[in-house]
Amino acid sequence: MYRRVVITGIGIISSIGNGISESLKSIRSLKSGIGPLTILNTIHKHSFPCGEIKLTDEELVVIAGKGVPDVVTRTTLLGIIAAKEAFNDAGIGPGEKPSVKTGIVSATTVGGMDKTEQYYFDFLNSGRYLEYVHTHDCCDNTQTIAECLGINDFMTTISTACSSSANAIMFGARLIRHGIADRIIAGGTDALSKFTLNGFNTLKILDEKLCRPFSNDRLGLNLGEGAGFIVLEADELPLKENRKIYCEITGYANANDAYHQTASSPDGYGPYLAMKNALDMSGFKPGQIDYINAHGTGTDNNDLTEGLAIEKIFSPRIPKVSSTKAFTGHTLGAAGAIEAVFSILAVKHGLIIPNLNYSGRINELSFEPATEFNEGLDIRSVLSNSFGFGGNDSSLIFSKY
Amino acid sequence: MEAYISGSGIISAQETFEKSGFPENIRPLNAPFTYCAEPNYKDFIQPIQLRRMGRILRMGVTAAAKCLKDAGIGIPDAIITGTGLGLVQDTEKFLSSVIENDEKFLNPTSFIQSTHNTVGAHIAVMLRCNSYNCTYVHGNISFESALLDSLMLIADNPELKVLLGGHDEMTEHYFKISDSAGLWNKYYPDGRMPENPERAIVGEGAAFFLVSGKYKPGAYAKFSGVSTFYKPENTHAIAEKISGFLGEQGLALDDMDLILTGQNDHAGDYIYNSVKTSVFNDCNLGYYKHWCGEYHTSTAFAAWVAAQILRNKEIPRDLILQKKRDKSPKNVLIWNHFRNISHSLILLSEC
Repeated sequence: MYRRVVITGIGIISSIGNGISESLKSIRSLKSGIGPLTILNTIHKHSFPCGEIKLTDEELVVIAGKGVPDVVTRTTLLGIIAAKEAFNDAGIGPGEKPSVKTGIVSATTVGGMDKTEQYYFDFLNSGRYLEYVHTHDCCDNTQTIAECLGINDFMTTISTACSSSANAIMFGARLIRHGIADRIIAGGTDALSKFTLNGFNTLKILDEKLCRPFSNDRLGLNLGEGAGFIVLEADELPLKENRKIYCEITGYANANDAYHQTASSPDGYGPYLAMKNALDMSGFKPGQIDYINAHGTGTDNNDLTEGLAIEKIFSPRIPKVSSTKAFTGHTLGAAGAIEAVFSILAVKHGLIIPNLNYSGRINELSFEPATEFNEGLDIRSVLSNSFGFGGNDSSLIFSKY
Repeated sequence: MEAYISGSGIISAQETFEKSGFPENIRPLNAPFTYCAEPNYKDFIQPIQLRRMGRILRMGVTAAAKCLKDAGIGIPDAIITGTGLGLVQDTEKFLSSVIENDEKFLNPTSFIQSTHNTVGAHIAVMLRCNSYNCTYVHGNISFESALLDSLMLIADNPELKVLLGGHDEMTEHYFKISDSAGLWNKYYPDGRMPENPERAIVGEGAAFFLVSGKYKPGAYAKFSGVSTFYKPENTHAIAEKISGFLGEQGLALDDMDLILTGQNDHAGDYIYNSVKTSVFNDCNLGYYKHWCGEYHTSTAFAAWVAAQILRNKEIPRDLILQKKRDKSPKNVLIWNHFRNISHSLILLSEC
């Protein structure tokens, strides 16, 4: 018998706000965080709008509070802020109850690239800033967050491109089901960098205007930055201690599209498998999913193939579908966790988060995304999709406990 | 949780690729860092593809292909990899051109291939393998995390055949940077860093295993457990973690026929030596990094060494640090640490 895994705490920082309350406020007022870059120093600052958090690293250090090391990257700072919020939200003080096996699973795509790209030639030639070399590694954020939270047992880091933090949540849930841990804080973090902005630009999938997920005239994605973390626990822990439970993770799956490093297969077979296997695990019928928080990047390829895969499973009764990336931008390694937080809020508050900037149905698809904000609906289960380079496709299902 | 090994593909600083089993001649490593003895990739990868692939992608994909062939498996049921540094060469290439060309005239290939899961993903595309695919990137416990994931998958369904691998590459630039930052210096207790610290010879490698929950003829060793721990307070804490881990498997230190430590050279460092004298007095002790060099997924190479020892029932003399008993090896414990931050324990046993 596997243990049931529930969510007891959530934390988030993105361009629509620092923390749950600011993020909800932006969602309720349909306020996107995407706009011109003012902090990242790039020649593209006027070309590509991004979901940039309008706080400098120095300001983030202050917000991150106790335990922040002197040498720290923006990626790690964002992670600390979201992870601390999630831990506090779950009512867990740092370092308490050593009897509870607590671990952390974090995720990132480029780790401390924000600092590496500033100092790379110094590292190489002048020998300056060498104290930042170790912060480049993907595990730097995980270790630093762990130390801030007093976690010194299990830890690991996942990097599977844009599905990284969905996989971190999945791995966290599996560790609890197998009894390897009782409580895992799982999520991901990524800061904007010239490296990723230019990388996506070489692929010609950045929109120079605001992204329009699931619209027929969509032209690409807007990048973003942020972090999301959730506290996963075996249900007996919050029950015994009378702490709140947001919802349960009832299904998850990862599949590989096995088609191309950066493009998905024409019919979205990988996304189809991820959604189908997650549904099978949960034991739900497609009709029991009330809302799909889609990957929905706004690229030609993703939205079409994700849409086709959704149709294949849910047609003719397609649930409410929306992409929240027009709010936050595509936050890469953090996206799966940030959207998991949105999905958990959707279950808690009965939310449908609208798909902003929608301009008309994709010709090949039969459905349109949800464009109206709704609250107080009876949302029992939400499916959250995260797909990444290398055909890495993951789906998570959050359900009322 | 246990996983039977029925195949492997190993690219290392030694001649470990062509023939299975230990190489006849061990070559000394080149200081300060050493590259792998690379195979002829053309036997495994189409020339058109090969041109676009960086070194670690070539090594990873080829080691994986060899592993599947060795196990007689076409398409695995999962592909799980660990890499401490990912695709360093492609990352450096794209990063330098972003900076040098002031963000202009960039080529997407190195960006695409800089993603940490490129090797696992490339294997999936080549095999058209739609199954579970994940990549762990947590420094020197990346392979251990991939192993734990494999063990959990297999515990859920023992029939699954999992392709499990660890890979890391070294480049001239990364060596220069990491060495200037002191990352490869031996561990010295706080405040006792000498002016000219000893440092490890740095290496690289790609090691893949085909593992399954069911014993089948041809399987020659099994993974029987893995554990990691962070910044132990002292020698006593390390000893407790080791005995606690073995206890979970229903074993004790006395059941270990070899402890394969991650020390870089015969002399060891402060941590290895203090645990050695206080805990491992009566154990057979060995080391392996004088064969493969220091790198984040060197424990994947160590797992291969351990599996060969269990298969041959013999410990090569060149690996032995301390010999206290003489019986056919049944259990080998790998214990590794990097700068006393993350430690790992991997247990392999005879089938």
